[in-house]
Amino acid sequence: MPPRLRGHPLADLHFGDDQPTEAEQAAIDAIVPQADAATVVETERIVRGGGRRRHGLRHLLLPVLHSLQHEIGWISPGGLNGAAERLGVPPAEAYGVATFYELLLTTDPGHRDDVVHVCVDPACALADNDGLRASLEASGARVHDSPCLGQCERAPALFVQGVGRPDQVPADDEEDFHLPQAGDPGLRVLRRVGVVDPTSLDSYRQHGGYEALTATIEIGPDAVITAISDSGLSGRGGAAFPTGIKWRAVADELGPDKHVVANCDESEPGTFKDRIVCEHDPFAVIESMTIAGLATGSPHGWIYIRGEYPRATARLESAIAQARAAGLLGDDVAGSGQRFDIELRRGAGAYICGEETALFNSIEGFRGEPRNKPPFPTTHGLFSQPTAINNPETLINVLDVVVDGPDAYRSVGTERSPGTRLFCLSGRVAVPGLYEVPFGTTLGELLDLAGGPTGQLAAVLLGGAAGVFVGPEALHMPLTLEDTREAGATLGSGVVTVFDDTVDMEAVVVRIAEFFRDESCGQCVPCRVGTQRQHEVLVELQGSGQPLAPQRAELIDDMALAMVDASICGLGHTAASAVRSALALGLIGNVQ
Amino acid sequence: MFGAGGGTCSYQEVEETDVIFLWGSNAREAHPIFFHHVLKGLDNGARMFCVDPRYTSSAQFSDVWVGIDVGTDIALANGIGREIIHAGLANQEFIAHSTQGFEAYAASVEPFTPDAVAAICGIPAEVVVEMAHAYATADKAQILWTLGITEHHNAVDNVLSLCNLALLTGHVGRWGSGLVPLRGQNNVQGGGDMGAIPNKFPGFAGVDDPYHRARFEAVYGRSLNPVPGWHLTLMFEAMERGELRALYVIGENPADSEADVLHARAQMESLDILVVQDILMTRTAEMADVVLPASVAWAESNGTVTSSERRVQRVRPAVSPPGLARHDIDILCDMAEAMGDELGPRDPEAAWDELRSLSAMHGGMAWERLEAAGGLQWPCPDEDHPGSAFLHGWLWADDLEGREPAPFSVLEHEGPTEELSEEFPLRLTTGRALDSYNTGVQSGNYDSPLRFAGLDLNSQDAAGLGIADGDRVRVCSPRGSVEMNARVVSSLPRGLAFTTLHYPELIDVNVLTNPDWDPKSGTAEFKAAAVRVELVDAPETAGAPVG
Repeated sequence: MPPRLRGHPLADLHFGDDQPTEAEQAAIDAIVPQADAATVVETERIVRGGGRRRHGLRHLLLPVLHSLQHEIGWISPGGLNGAAERLGVPPAEAYGVATFYELLLTTDPGHRDDVVHVCVDPACALADNDGLRASLEASGARVHDSPCLGQCERAPALFVQGVGRPDQVPADDEEDFHLPQAGDPGLRVLRRVGVVDPTSLDSYRQHGGYEALTATIEIGPDAVITAISDSGLSGRGGAAFPTGIKWRAVADELGPDKHVVANCDESEPGTFKDRIVCEHDPFAVIESMTIAGLATGSPHGWIYIRGEYPRATARLESAIAQARAAGLLGDDVAGSGQRFDIELRRGAGAYICGEETALFNSIEGFRGEPRNKPPFPTTHGLFSQPTAINNPETLINVLDVVVDGPDAYRSVGTERSPGTRLFCLSGRVAVPGLYEVPFGTTLGELLDLAGGPTGQLAAVLLGGAAGVFVGPEALHMPLTLEDTREAGATLGSGVVTVFDDTVDMEAVVVRIAEFFRDESCGQCVPCRVGTQRQHEVLVELQGSGQPLAPQRAELIDDMALAMVDASICGLGHTAASAVRSALALGLIGNVQ
Repeated sequence: MFGAGGGTCSYQEVEETDVIFLWGSNAREAHPIFFHHVLKGLDNGARMFCVDPRYTSSAQFSDVWVGIDVGTDIALANGIGREIIHAGLANQEFIAHSTQGFEAYAASVEPFTPDAVAAICGIPAEVVVEMAHAYATADKAQILWTLGITEHHNAVDNVLSLCNLALLTGHVGRWGSGLVPLRGQNNVQGGGDMGAIPNKFPGFAGVDDPYHRARFEAVYGRSLNPVPGWHLTLMFEAMERGELRALYVIGENPADSEADVLHARAQMESLDILVVQDILMTRTAEMADVVLPASVAWAESNGTVTSSERRVQRVRPAVSPPGLARHDIDILCDMAEAMGDELGPRDPEAAWDELRSLSAMHGGMAWERLEAAGGLQWPCPDEDHPGSAFLHGWLWADDLEGREPAPFSVLEHEGPTEELSEEFPLRLTTGRALDSYNTGVQSGNYDSPLRFAGLDLNSQDAAGLGIADGDRVRVCSPRGSVEMNARVVSSLPRGLAFTTLHYPELIDVNVLTNPDWDPKSGTAEFKAAAVRVELVDAPETAGAPVG
């Protein structure tokens, strides 16, 4: 039996009277031409429609909304009706989706100018984003405060959302990219970054590209997955799930419709590693996804990337096109006889869509709300079909495992955390940027690699907003899964944000609480209410000059407990962890 | 259908089938509860072809709406059959083992090439081929139909043309495949099962069959009339001849529901006596000499109902009948007593046990079992029998359980009896709406935002006649004319007009409809009249919400 279809039926719908304008209709047509609509009148007596057709179109809702937003500057009631009708989506559901995302507007902004998004998260706050915002506003720009834009190494960050013009990151144009560790022979994941021409398949091949795919086809799926299991590779997004087990589970599911998804929706404040990898080594992402596709027997590949990453998006799209032209994607991948191809989907500004099941919902054209687990993605992932979802860093590790074997892979790192790890250094550190070190390197060694703190070290935020603060006493801590876990910390997505003793930590922590309040999808009550109340307590504390009252501390603990216990996804589980660690370390709430 | 009057499938089967032909049925509105089962089937991945002259709300759920011209169903069915045969998709083994008459059938459908069908039905030839292949290659497939098939002068032929397709492919007698006529009332199946058919005793035993008659005579303790009775249409003919002089109407409203209703009313006016037993004051009751107020079967009565899937279920009273209203069984028994006779047990359980002793298919349905199981599906011959989810499993038995193979039928396409002419150039068809029930006796007292009492017209037809949305129009057929408001819609192909039958007091639709009827079923051709539509000079206010 095919998977159960989702969403409400079309036929009982009543659309409002608003009609799309010609421009809006063109924006819809560009994604879904009339001939492919949910309902097509073939003749006066033949109409094609129905659930299958409609369900086959639903995943185009977000692209259509992107198109309207981009061409028109907002999604008007007429535009929304037009999109909903074309796709056979209930207008109320389409509205629910449109209002879910930060980059989509459902109220008329009153202008058709580009919107400049200014990051307000910690690294950029330390880099005078207020001054930047003031100067932009003075110049007449339309400024919009944004959560982390994933450019912490070059804070303060900007992202220009174009209306009728391409989106832009001004820093991309000015950048003369330079990896801090360039030339370091110990680099693995970052070996080609800054070396290879990211726009050229030939260049990628000259640097060893597609050797791993060739090896994969030679040794076969089973051997590939065994090698990955033996290597001890685990997920680099935060949960550190063993990649071999995940792939094996998907491979064991019966096809034919299985999926490989690259989760390039890194939105954890302080994280920018996947952006750099996708911008500077996009073919490695494509090749490793292809290996995942062949190994798990999945013909469908998807990349879900942040909407704020225009250059990474363009480079991945170009890489996909080149790989397809070279027969490395498509019906017969590199002569293997197996099909694998990749579709790219842009997010639209929602932290929660980095959660794997929220990401599936987002691709499928629903609100990006996480699903209950189990069932897990390996059996009920994208479109409720078996799915292997990994982030780019995890995927690229696969290339070395396949080519060099698991033993070589394990030659660095520790027994329980083999290999290397990417870290995103930002804040008060001499050379912010992306670093790759073997697991087991201490926090102090990592900071030294980046030139050390620029002032008197006060705290380091490990793992981003969902992570924890550690103090200077943690500098000796080896950065491994096991050691951080033992210390009650986390590596998370590899965020290392450094704060010196001049930083207003109250402001930092209040912003973290505000971030969770804003980004909670609202589905689970403990998270929806808890993140709000947590923020209120901290706002009350901020600048009061008083220590945190015991009842207030208890309230934060109680809400944290409720969120950990009763939220269905990691956002609720971790929404209080940084706040509580800041309180525990005395960074806030403890007047001297 | 192959010898028994019931749908072959359980409701649940449509949830698990692969291809659905919804043929001449707007189940979304007329059978909204059953349609939930269809929706589950669609959600589970079934493909649905909706054959209907109108793009109904049911059609909006289908993969393909096939808008054939009114009354061309047999041509389409024969064309599908021909294509199945020519494409080599017929189930040869099933045909050889379980059917008879294939050669004659195959020869009879030979003229119905896709192109010929396209010309008759007004649809592209490819769609005929597409339907044939979808149906024949499906693992499981069902054909569901309603009055779009049966309210024609050749109703039975229409049904048989669909049965042929099931015999051709073996889509009958197994779980998930079958032929499903949808019933319009919660207990219309039960009415027939209990013998409310002019030529049948309970359990579909023929009154003209001496063996069965003897069984019933033994239990009833009297001799029974061996001559099949008249059905409703024949009764009106008998009234016209003056042979039928007294009419006892129970729960029926022929003064509104008959085709060519002016004629029907005149016949009833001419009766010596008209007795009406009903729960509400219908137009027929208003004409009656005696009105007997009855209790409502659903919330006030004790007994059973039988659904379209042949499931006998218990009903129990929740409230007492109001005023002077009495239970049907009491009225009937008292009437008999007044005439000096005994009709047998009044207690529902005792009456049910008497029925079980006579109707083999109900034999195992003990009162307690009906209670405990929440209903049982016939046939259920003995108390160890679990009831039957679907009928005609015998078609797949090695020995056909001793029965004759099921016969193919040779059927000719005729089209509606009333041809379009210069005087009456538009085809009028009638149907039902979600929020109303038949002649509105039970539903007209409730408000609904959905109601529209008037004529739906194709936009090009309307423009050609100078009619705008909301205009007052006069609709004329060879039998009479009725004024109503017009609504311009996109759900009708050119040449077709539509109205519902729910508001006879506002719009006497059956003044227009064609009384030609099928001698095999007694049903009139409500679905196809020829009409002319004219603009009424003095337009009233636009729209006519009923309430």
